[in-house]
Amino acid sequence: MAHIPNPIPAENAAAVRKISEISGENIYRCMQCGTCSAVCPMVDSMGFTTRQGIHLLQFGRTEEVIQAKIGEFCASCHTCMVRCPRGIEVPRVFEAVRQLTLRQNIDFIKPGEIPKETFDEAPQITFVSGFRKLTS
Amino acid sequence: MKLAYYPGCTLKTKAKNLEDAALAVLAKLGVEVHEMPRWNCCGAVFSLADDDLIHQAAPVRNMIRAAQEGADTLVTICSQCYNTLARANNLMRSDEEKRDTLNRFMDEEPDYAGELEVLHLLGFLRDHVGWDVVRQHVVRPLEGLRLAPFYGCTMLRPTEVAVGGESATIFSELIEVLGATPVQWAAAEECCGSYQVLANPEGANLRLKRVLGAANQAKADALVLSCPLCEYNLGTRQRHVLEETNELSPVPTFYFTQLLAIALGVEPEVCRFDLNGSAALELLTQRELVAVAAS
Repeated sequence: MAHIPNPIPAENAAAVRKISEISGENIYRCMQCGTCSAVCPMVDSMGFTTRQGIHLLQFGRTEEVIQAKIGEFCASCHTCMVRCPRGIEVPRVFEAVRQLTLRQNIDFIKPGEIPKETFDEAPQITFVSGFRKLTS
Repeated sequence: MKLAYYPGCTLKTKAKNLEDAALAVLAKLGVEVHEMPRWNCCGAVFSLADDDLIHQAAPVRNMIRAAQEGADTLVTICSQCYNTLARANNLMRSDEEKRDTLNRFMDEEPDYAGELEVLHLLGFLRDHVGWDVVRQHVVRPLEGLRLAPFYGCTMLRPTEVAVGGESATIFSELIEVLGATPVQWAAAEECCGSYQVLANPEGANLRLKRVLGAANQAKADALVLSCPLCEYNLGTRQRHVLEETNELSPVPTFYFTQLLAIALGVEPEVCRFDLNGSAALELLTQRELVAVAAS
């Protein structure tokens, strides 16, 4: 029988494990149908689509997914989750990606740079949810 | 049924119009609600990381407070509070290991295992008060108003906590009960941009343009909302995108509680339309649903 190489590079195995640990999801259930990308309200702001993001995560290529800002710009609207034909809780997967950055004490936004007008007008839940999702 | 009412922070400040109108409506319907004497932040977003339990402590503590009061049902109005509390409650019901860890972490509190029912006011009105009863109390039907229901993610997703079930009809049902016309439109179940308005305001603007475009196309007179964050993203921020384009027309935004209050004959002053942006009250006066002098 021909030797089938494991497509996940050995040095990426820890990254795959980390995503699965934080998200609690099995990303290998993804069959790359792209439904999550089709319904994502923020996909236009991301470097590539959520489907491509999950594909890269399956190979442990988390750095590229972080750079594409998929975790950072996910609005946690959960539309992808309710539409996923494979039952993957996609927002949990990208929450895990987001946490990889936040857990290194790196913030996505600087509260001090938010315009005063936003503080005056936006409701409290904007800041409580925003700071929880976007700051470490 | 013994109710505990959980208001949440935003209803006490920027969204007084959401709360004041709701309490007036409940009084008209003869439903007695008491605000919980002690409550804390709900957390605003449900924690999605599987290894992060500490952020479940805040919502669970609120449920413990309500149970301590002898309540069996917790009612809330803010959609984000609802989503966070209802999901934390489900977690306490379904995950034995996490429940045990949280109960031991909060060992100064009585143990909690999800005994409460967590309800959004809309679900409470439909399933426990009943549309028939609400309809009987309508004294000023909102005839002629074409209202576009905008559910907001936190009222619809995930499915286990969807207010009124998976099919997203509850807002349209309410609009019909009030005598207005529910608009069938493309953006009813979409995302307003949520907290991403902080990290990605351009992305939030794209959302707003999409929602306004769909509302214009459906000839909606106004959007009906339940979430203060949707109200900010789709109401307050409209002026930013309308400055950029002349292809979109402004659309007034209301909380469902305000329209309910007007239909039930609550004084317009109670509804705090001053917090909605001027277009909202203008629409109601123009349609003679509110007397001109009111503010």
